[in-house]
Formats: sequence, C-alpha cells, structure tokens
Amino acid sequence: MSRHIAAAAIRGSHKIAAEAAEALNMAIAAKGDDYRFEFPDTAFYLPHIFGMTGMKVETLGQMKDALDYAKGMLSAEPAQEEYLPYLGETLDAGQATLFAEEILLASRYVLGLEPVVEKIDGSDFTYNGFISDTILRDLGIQLVDGSMPGFAVIIGKAPTDEIAVEICRDLQQRNILTFLCGNVDGDSVTKQLLRKGVDLGWDARLVALGPETYHALYAGDWACRGALTFGGKKGGDALSVLKYNKDRIFAFAMVLGPMNDLIWSTGAGAITYGFPAICDTEVPEIRPTGVCTYEHVVSQTDHKKLVDTCIETRGLKITITKVPVPVAYGPAFEGERIRKEDTVFEFGGQKTTSFEWVTTKELSEIEDGRIEVIASAETLAKIESAAPGNTVRLPMGLVIDVAGRKMNPDFEPVIERKLHDYVNCAQGVWHMGQRDVNWMRISQQAFGDGFRIKHLGDIVYVMVKNKFPAIVDKVQVKLYLDDDKVKEMQEQARAVYKARNERVASLTDETVDTFYSCLLCQSFAPNHVCVISPERLGLCGAYNWLDARAAYEIDPTGPNQPVAKGECTDPVKGRWKGVDGYVFQTSHQTLEGFSAYSIMDAPMTSCGCFECIVALVPEANGFMIVNRGYTGMTPIGMKFSTLAGTVGGGVQAPGFGGIGKYFITSRKFLSADGGLKRVVWMPKSLKEALREDLIRRSEEEGVPGFIDMICDETIAEDSEKMLEFLSEKGHPALTMESIL
Amino acid sequence: MSEEKKEKRKASSIDPCAVDLLKYAEECSIQTAFSRSDSLKPCPIGAEGACCKICAMGPCRLKSKDGEDALKGVCGASLATVTARNIARMVAGGTAAHSDHARDVANTLLAAAEEHTKDYQIKDVEKLLAVASNFGIDTSGKTKNEVAKEVAEFVLKDFGQQKGEVSFIRTATKKRQDLWREHKLVPRGVDREVCELMHRTTMGVDTDPEDILDAALRTSLADGWSGSRIGTDFSDILFGTPKPIKSEDSLGAFQKKHVNIVVHGHEPTLSEMIVVASEMPELIDYAKSKGAEGINLVGMCCTSNEILLRHGIKSAGGFLNQELGILTGAVEAMVVDVQCIMPAIADVVKGFHTKLVTTSPKGRIPGAEHIEFDELHALDVAKKIVRLACDNFPNRKDTRIPDYGKTMIAGFSHEYIKYMQGGRFRGSFRPLNDAIISGRIRGLAGIVGCNNPRVDQDSLHDYLVRELIANDVLVVQTGCGAHASAKSGLLRPETMELAGPGLREVCEAIGIPPVLHMGSCVDNSRILTVLTAVAQEGGLGDDISDIPVVGIAPEWMSEKALAIAFYAVASGLYVIFGVESPIAASPTVQKIMSEGWEKKVGGKLEFIPGKEEMLAATLAHIDKKREALKLRKYEKGKFGVEKVLMSMADRRKLEEAAHAHKGVGGV
Repeated sequence: MSRHIAAAAIRGSHKIAAEAAEALNMAIAAKGDDYRFEFPDTAFYLPHIFGMTGMKVETLGQMKDALDYAKGMLSAEPAQEEYLPYLGETLDAGQATLFAEEILLASRYVLGLEPVVEKIDGSDFTYNGFISDTILRDLGIQLVDGSMPGFAVIIGKAPTDEIAVEICRDLQQRNILTFLCGNVDGDSVTKQLLRKGVDLGWDARLVALGPETYHALYAGDWACRGALTFGGKKGGDALSVLKYNKDRIFAFAMVLGPMNDLIWSTGAGAITYGFPAICDTEVPEIRPTGVCTYEHVVSQTDHKKLVDTCIETRGLKITITKVPVPVAYGPAFEGERIRKEDTVFEFGGQKTTSFEWVTTKELSEIEDGRIEVIASAETLAKIESAAPGNTVRLPMGLVIDVAGRKMNPDFEPVIERKLHDYVNCAQGVWHMGQRDVNWMRISQQAFGDGFRIKHLGDIVYVMVKNKFPAIVDKVQVKLYLDDDKVKEMQEQARAVYKARNERVASLTDETVDTFYSCLLCQSFAPNHVCVISPERLGLCGAYNWLDARAAYEIDPTGPNQPVAKGECTDPVKGRWKGVDGYVFQTSHQTLEGFSAYSIMDAPMTSCGCFECIVALVPEANGFMIVNRGYTGMTPIGMKFSTLAGTVGGGVQAPGFGGIGKYFITSRKFLSADGGLKRVVWMPKSLKEALREDLIRRSEEEGVPGFIDMICDETIAEDSEKMLEFLSEKGHPALTMESIL
Repeated sequence: MSEEKKEKRKASSIDPCAVDLLKYAEECSIQTAFSRSDSLKPCPIGAEGACCKICAMGPCRLKSKDGEDALKGVCGASLATVTARNIARMVAGGTAAHSDHARDVANTLLAAAEEHTKDYQIKDVEKLLAVASNFGIDTSGKTKNEVAKEVAEFVLKDFGQQKGEVSFIRTATKKRQDLWREHKLVPRGVDREVCELMHRTTMGVDTDPEDILDAALRTSLADGWSGSRIGTDFSDILFGTPKPIKSEDSLGAFQKKHVNIVVHGHEPTLSEMIVVASEMPELIDYAKSKGAEGINLVGMCCTSNEILLRHGIKSAGGFLNQELGILTGAVEAMVVDVQCIMPAIADVVKGFHTKLVTTSPKGRIPGAEHIEFDELHALDVAKKIVRLACDNFPNRKDTRIPDYGKTMIAGFSHEYIKYMQGGRFRGSFRPLNDAIISGRIRGLAGIVGCNNPRVDQDSLHDYLVRELIANDVLVVQTGCGAHASAKSGLLRPETMELAGPGLREVCEAIGIPPVLHMGSCVDNSRILTVLTAVAQEGGLGDDISDIPVVGIAPEWMSEKALAIAFYAVASGLYVIFGVESPIAASPTVQKIMSEGWEKKVGGKLEFIPGKEEMLAATLAHIDKKREALKLRKYEKGKFGVEKVLMSMADRRKLEEAAHAHKGVGGV
C-alpha cells in the first residue's frame, strides 16, 4: 500500500538531507562560505533548485539557504494507523530529496569526489557526472525529430549480466537514451554492461552517471534544463517547469533490484516531474493517474516485458523500422568506432576508390528491392578470404537507383546525405564522409554475426523506402567492388555532384517564391518557428531549404510546410507578408513576424538547439559568434551556455540569435546589419572549419584577408584586448556606420 | 413515511453516547428535543408550506384534498404563491444568518488590519494574497495589514452595496457567471437582496411563484458567493487555513477531572480566543486551584468545526447533542453565540451545575448569564469566561460521561485538497478528475446539513455515506453531517476498507478517508470552490453543472440549509433534501424547482423522504452526468482509460490542444 511508500520516501528524504548537510559542511570547512561553485558548463546554477525556486545558488553559503528551503518540505512519517494524508507530503519529500541530492553532488564536486572514478575489473572507469548544457543542446535535434523519443533512468542492478544487456539492447533498439546509476551491494547495471563488453557513452546512448542512487539527480537536472532552454520556462516557475516535463519529456525510472528509502524518495521527486517508476520487484503500486500522465508506480517482474511496460506507462509511442540484418540496428550504434585491427572489410577512406550516389531513374528501369553485388571472380575470392585478422580492403561504388512519381533530382542529395546515418546505425558497421570521400568499415563482430557486404544494400534499401515513402516508390542498390568499374561510375557521379553544387549555388532567396518552415522543435519549444530559405538554413544546421522541401513532399502535413513569401515588405531586412503571417499564426500569436537578414530588428527566434550564437558587441560595432562545443569565455563576458540561456525558448531578443553554422558564409548573413564584415570574434576552431568559405566570402565582400582580422580566443578572450587587436588589424567594423 | 409509522416513532439516535444519555433523560424525566419531537407533531399545514400568515386577514390554510387550485387565500393568493413565498422567506433567513456571521468576521479582519486589537492577527498571509488576487488588488510592496485592510474594505462593500455584483461572483466559472447575468441572478449586495426578498414576499407584492423563486436564488447566491465565502476565507486569513488534523468527536470528549467548557454555536471569533485562553498557564493554574487537573475545551455544532479544523479541539458532536452534553453533568460552562442554539438548554442547565453563557449581542437567552463579546477586547472576554467555568468546577456533582470515542481526520480545506493531489509544486485537481474520468471514482457527493429529531439522529447521514462510498462515490461533508460521520468513525482513513475498489485505490494513493470533513456549514463555500476548480481543471465539462455531483442534506432543519440548497442549485448542483418537504403542498412549485431550474441553471432541488430513494436518485444523477460527459459507464471494479501513446507529431500539437482538454492523458 501507498502508506508504506510514503513512509519510506519521507524517511529517505530526512536521511539524504542530513547527508547533504554533512557534505556541505565538509565543503565549507575546506573552502569557506563564499567559495563559488558551478557545475561544469551550465548557465543554470544548481539547475533543479533554480528551476523550482528561482534561487541562483552560486556559493557554498547560498547552498545552506537552499538546503533550509528543502528542509521546509520535510514532514513526519505517516502513522501506522489513523494517519494523516501523505501524498502531497511525500511528493514534497521527493522534491526535498532532489534539492538535497543536488547540494550533496555539488559539495562532492567541490571536494573533488565527482565525477566518480571507480576501479572496475582492474581499470579506472570514470562516470559521466553532471551533464553539461552543451550535451543537452547537441542532442537538441534528436530530441525533437523522434530519433531520441524518451529517456530511461536505470537504478540498480539486473538479476544477471545477460538480463542487463538484454534490457539495454532493447532500450537502444528503441532509440531511448539510458542513464545508469545506483547499485545493489556494490554491483550495478554499469558494471554488468562493462563485464559484458558493452560500449557505454553518449554515442551508445548508455550513460553511466554515477554508482549511487543520488546520481539519478543528474538526469533530473538535465530534464529541468530542457524546460528552461527549449521550453522558455522561467526559473522559479516550478509548476510550468514540471508540467513541461510531464507533457513533453518522456522520461521514466526503471528500478532493478530491491527498493530502499532513498530510491522511493528520489522516485517521489521524479513523480513530480511526471516521470513514473517501473520496478522489477513486487512493490506496492500506485495506479491512479494525475501527477504522472498514467500510473505512478508499477511493478513488472517479467524482465522480457519490462521495457514495454515502461514505455506504455509513460505513454510513449515509438516507431522503429525493422532492418533485415543479422546485427542490432538503431541510432545507439551510430557513434561506435571500429578500430583498424577489428576490421574485416574496409572501403574508401582514401585507401581505395569509393563513392556513394543516389540517382533518379524511370520507374520501369528499376526492379524494386534488387540488391546486386557486382564483382569479378577475383574480387569474390578476395572476399571469401576475409576472416578475423585479415582485413580486406576493396573499392566501393554504392549506387542507389530510385524512382517515384514525385521524385525530383533535387531530392537526390537529401537522400544521399542520409546514407551516413542509415549505414552507421548497424552495430559493427561504420561510415564516414560522403560522396566520393566516403569511408566504411565492417567489424569482426558483425562479420561473425553473419553480416556480409550485401547487407549494406539491404540497409539502404529498407531505410530509403521507409523514410521517403512519399517520393520513392522503387529502389534498387548496386554495390560495385571492382576498381575499374568503380572508377568509371565515380566519374559519372562526380559530374552529378558538380552539377548539384552549381544548382545549390544558383538557388537564392530571390529565385524561389516559397520558403519552408520547420516546426519540428515545437514539441519542445511550443512557440518557436524556423523559416528556411535557400540562403538561410535552419539554426540547428540539420535542415536546409532542399531538405525541408523534401520533408514536405514526404509528409505533407508534417512539421515542414511551404511558406509562400508573398509581397516583400523590406528587401534589406528580409521581410515578406506571407512569412510574417505564417509566423504570427504558428507562433500562436506570440510573434508578429521576423527579419531573415537582421539580428537587430525582430530577429528570428531560437528553440535552443542552434549550432552557433551571434551576439552584438557594441564597443566593437560588430558581432561575435560562438559555437556550441566551445566552452571557453567570450569577449562579452558570457560563455556559450550562459548566452544560450538568454536566446532559446522561442523568444525574440534583438542583438542575439541562434544560427546554423553555414549561415555565416551565406551572402544573406546579417546582410541588413552589415553582413560578414561585422564579425569581430569567433572561436578558432569555428574559423578553421569555415576557412575556405570564409576566404571566398571575404573576397566577395571586397575585404581579402578578412579572416585574419577576426579575433579568436587565442588572441583575446576579453573585450579590451580584442579591441586592441581589431584596431591593430584595421577591422572594417570599427569604421562602419554605428550599429545601434 | 406513513402517518401510522410517524405516530409509533420514538425519536432516537444511532450514536450510542446519545442513546445512553437519552435513557438517562427519560429516567429523570428531563425533556429534550428528542422527547418534545415525539409529543409535538409538526403542524401539517405549515410543514407542507400551505400556511400563509403574512397578514392579519389570515392565517390562511390552503390545504385541500381537491388539489392545488381548489383554495385561494383571503387576498386571492394561490397555494403556489404562498408556498413559494414561504420557502423564499426561509432562504432570506438563512442567507441573513450566514452573511451576518460573515460581517462579524470581516469587521474583525478590518479591526486586526487597522491594529485596533492586539488579540487578532493575520495568520495566513498566503491565503490573504490569494484572496486579494481574486479582486485584482495590487499587493506589491504592501504590508500584510495594508493588504488585509484593502481586502476587508473591498469585501465589506458587498453587504451594503446597492448596484453591481458581489465580490466573489468573479471566482465562478466563466460560463456560470454568464448564465447568472443572463438570468439576472447576480446579487447586487447582500443586505439589499435579503431586504428585497422580504419586501417582495410581503403582503401584496410579488405573487408569481417563478419570479419569487428567482429572487430567492439571487438572494441565496449572496450567501454562497459572498456571505459564506467571506465567512470561510476571512476566517482562514485570520485563524489559518485548515489542513488535516487528528481529533475526536463524541459526547465522551468531556474529561472527568478537568474543567469542561463547551463552545457552541457558529462564529470562530470568540471561540478562537477561548482556545487561546484555555491554553494559558495562568488559567490552567487557576483551574488547578479549583481542584481540577486542567481545562478541557470541547466544541459543539459548527463552532466545533471551526476550532476542530484549525486546532484539533475535540468535539462533542453537532446540533442535537447540545442538551445531551449538559446531561453528562461534566460541563462547567456552555458558551454560546449565534445560530442553532436551542433555548431549551436554559431549562436543561437548571438541573445541573452547568453555567449557560450567552455572548452575542444578537442572541440572548432568558436564564443565561450574558457576557458580551466584543472583538476589541476579545481575549479579556474569553479569559473571563474561562475563569467563570473554573469557578464553577467545585459545584460539579455526579457525572456520566459516555465511554465511546472515535477518532477522525478533519481539515480538508480546498487548498489542502489541491495540495494533497500533487504537493506544493504540482498540486492540482488533475488526479481527482482523472479518477472520475477513468471510473475509479463514480462521482462526488456533498452530504451536509443538520440533524433533525424527526429522524433518528445521524441515521440518514450514516446510511448515505456508507452506501455512497461503497458505490465509489467520494463524499465530502460539513456541519452536522460531518459530526455524524466523525462520531461513527467514518472519517478515519481505515474507512477506505468500506469503499468501492476504485475509490479505495484513490484513497490509498493519497492517504485519505473516502469521506472528507471540509468544515462548518459556512464552509459549504469550500465545496463550491472545489467544484469550480474541478470544472476548470478540464475533462469534466466546463461548469459545475457538468460534474457528476450531488448535494444532499438528509436530516435538514435550519433555514440556513435551504439557503445553502438554493445557492448550490444556482451554482449548478442537483440537491436532495430529506425529512419533510416545505413545498409538498404545491406541485407547481415543485416543478419549478426541479424541471424548471434544471433547465434554467442546470441544478435542481428535490425533497425525497426515503433513504433508499435518496440513494437511488443520487446514483442515477451521477450516472446521467457521466453519460452526458461521454465518460465510461461506471462498473464497480472496472476502471482505467485507453492510453494515448504520444508520438513526436502528437507532442508538437500539444500547444494547440492545450485548451481543448481530452481527458486522461491530455494536458
């Protein structure tokens, strides 16, 4: 019965609050009340506490206040009989536990105890610890496009190592991001997976947060920031933050092994977020709904049904495409690396001739589903000789013939760019690059499981047919493996690549009358709208105009919709009646419209998963750009994560904006505000990544050598030094018309 | 009930304490309301509403075997007019009672805010701010006393206001407000509506029964959405908003070795001070100096509910226990203020050492000692009363304190009901609505109102509560109805064992009894607030009249009960009254108040004497509302909803769907 849970949770909250107080006292004894602390790479203080109360905890002394607040939420355990009601009190205790856990973990960071490093099977294993803002934003697009539809927090240990692997594989195949924490007598799912040689990490979507139950708080912290970054919720508006999570963040806790007071208490905190707990032991259930969308606590002792029960309890719908290959398939395997010595087959990578090419044919020219390996007897013999320890390197011409009534050659590159993801999702298969600089490996493990070269064709066939059903009716795949034939076909493909480049270059905002919207992120940022034009790609970098157009053809009622430009009301700032009208409607009347080419006047909003942030630097009369992943300081005194906090959530903030990386080298880049010449600072890595295009564009702008006038962190991280550098270089922004 | 049965009936109780003491009264030939009700039958003309005595041409008795239209009054008034006027005047009386109570509380709040008294302070700032925000009062940068002053002044206008709308109307659902405005049912001012209703129903003014009853509805709304609401909210601001607390309710609440003081009546202002005084060391020492071990304060009737909910002060039961309490011989003083005080107690105390103390300038009883209460010297008055009780302790003779005691959990304010469903951050009515939608909870019932010696004390309350919870109906109670359940132990969480399986799951999840004690009879306003919140939470229509809920006063006797019934109906509830029907004489009036009102305001009032019939009508109405909402048909033990599994596309549409609720799993 629930009273049992309430009593345990409330006991747990008292205990963890005492533990937090003890750890905090130790931290204060070591560093003093005024010691400033922030978790690595976050702009949200202690994120959970900030989300719930708005308290900006920056010092150890302030943590004492936050802990006092938490203690105010503690109540007495309910009596055995004739008890007072306990649900509200239990949920408060759960919240108090999350507060206490956050303070405990912060104190542990101060004391150098986090992230935990533990000796596991003889070698040091470092847990993930706190999850940075950068990771949250990196995953942005996956959070919204369905490729990462939910999150599991596994606490404890499975009955056997095999069951631990099965559960995690099941979660991986359903694209669920899984966090691991807790232990049962020192053993845990983390250790079970490591013993079984399962790769852990963000790429594998299996992230070990720490060995204790309280490390689950890192996942809660992350969820809380989802509401603050993507949802535009304000710290202190606890109800909105929690409701956002209930409605939009599909997380759940899976508890493996016996329950204890702290697990119940942490679980009670999770329930306030709308995250239910599914346990693999006989526990009292809480089935009436309301705080969570469905049941709050569910018991499922059949491990084969556990993942299904979790997904159903959270109300999550997951559609996965079954690919007929003898290895596991899913985005969780996308990031795995295959070392040279584990490779059985290798294609391309500058070692052999190789390319991949999607080309449109007539319907009659294609035999749907035909996968052809085209190789000479000699090549086939070479393939036969493949065995562990004997890596076979072959040329590869991967040619995908597609046909469909609505197929359009403009969609070829859209499909082609997806090949990377499709091939990579197979466990034991690795892909890099594109076009004629692609590179593939097949691992010994995959080969041992029965994976053969032909299976590459199967993957591509099934995925292209499934992902582009509206434009592709027939697909056939040819895998050319003989060098002369590959070279011959590569020439044909190269001619097409070139033509495509010219086509893309000729596409301008003026030459089309329709832009495309992207509302993909409205699942997280309800009022944010992207409008994608040929010369301004989506701020996440994942969608350009052609992608959006293809996406519309594939799913005419989906998140990418055509937006008729309509009458141009301001060619300089980039405003059109049709665009403004569309933005007004789809932002749910929160925006009157926006300027495509200005960041100073009604700029486009951001969801939160932008690749870069542009920010005004008034003293330099220009802009700086900082990319996600750059964690250092910038000349305006804010790190990426702090800046990002002010830009996301679908709010217009003149002077600040999120953009896709390649917009920087577009001719329309802030053209109304002075364009590329206004850029005064960007991280060196970004400058290098864009080097060629930046040089080309600066020549077009009539400032050759401009790239060397852009300051970076190796020259200055503060405004004063940057200005010195800019004047020394004669940066054009300094003499341009005042931007304000 | 047939005439034959009535004659044989002997008034009794299902409360064993009451039974013991009634036996004692009979042995000693002490008259009580129970015995008097046996010997004094109700006037058969007046009981049915057929007696008109508003002028000296009558009284006219308009009862005829030949039907409603057979007789007219001397002035020509029809039976329907007379019946409507009679019940309307009772509503005026009830509204006046609640609202005058509220006026005293509001004046006390103002006095506290203006610091004219040190005895009262603003205890619940959170509630004060919540009330202020109802009225759009800007509270930023103001002290709590400044805000309280503004709030008190804002609301005090309600009483004497001539035009406009009383304050709390704006807290109803939008749909309900529009409906009231459409039918001109919005009260302009409390005093004006009461005054006008008395005028309207005097000789030779309004004789259209429907028009009279509309005016009565409007007047009652001045009770439910002003008077009673002020009574509740302002008492919460001054004395704290109730949250669950454990206590006892029994005539066994008196203590043999303590000075027993009973506070009986309705207003919390004096009783709060007596609570303070009874806990003062100097007075406890004083009690000891008189040979007692201490002071035992016990509440009775709705005064009891006020101090029970806020302080856990034990209760000796409701209205019908007032004489019985004295019979224990253990009461040093019975302190009364207003409403439901039987003058009989002045006679009963004559045989005992008990001092009867009247305190209200509005309510004196011949034979009682009068110590007048005034809010500016409240604590001094309270101390004086406690001293008087202590002084009386040495006069105590034999005692017969019954030995049956039941614990209870009381204190379910609407604020706590919200809190208990999600804690401080997630508190809402979502779980309750979900439970109704999924069929765990079939519906809601408010079982409220008085005791009446014309039926066995508590018997109908008890029957209905037990039957309804067994049928998965969540019950809320106030007033003497709550005392009935408290005394029989139904307000303990263990009562969930008696509940249907769905209701039981909900009770277990939250840790509540299936019967929630929400306060005094003035606190029926809390029920309106809860129902408004349920309507606004979504999934159960968009107004109170859509919710599967019934209000029942099975053992009613007071005019106040009728005022409550009328405002509940005007707010959209189906209300069932037991005992006698004051409109039995006129089928026309009955029709207006059932079919007519259901069409007009979505609620209706029916008088149903039999308990099985009351139960059947309640369940039928709940099921009817469930069906109208297209909820799953209630089946005991079968509940749940089809889960909506959310894809990414579904999630993107959340914002658009945010205002169109789709039931469980929605937003």
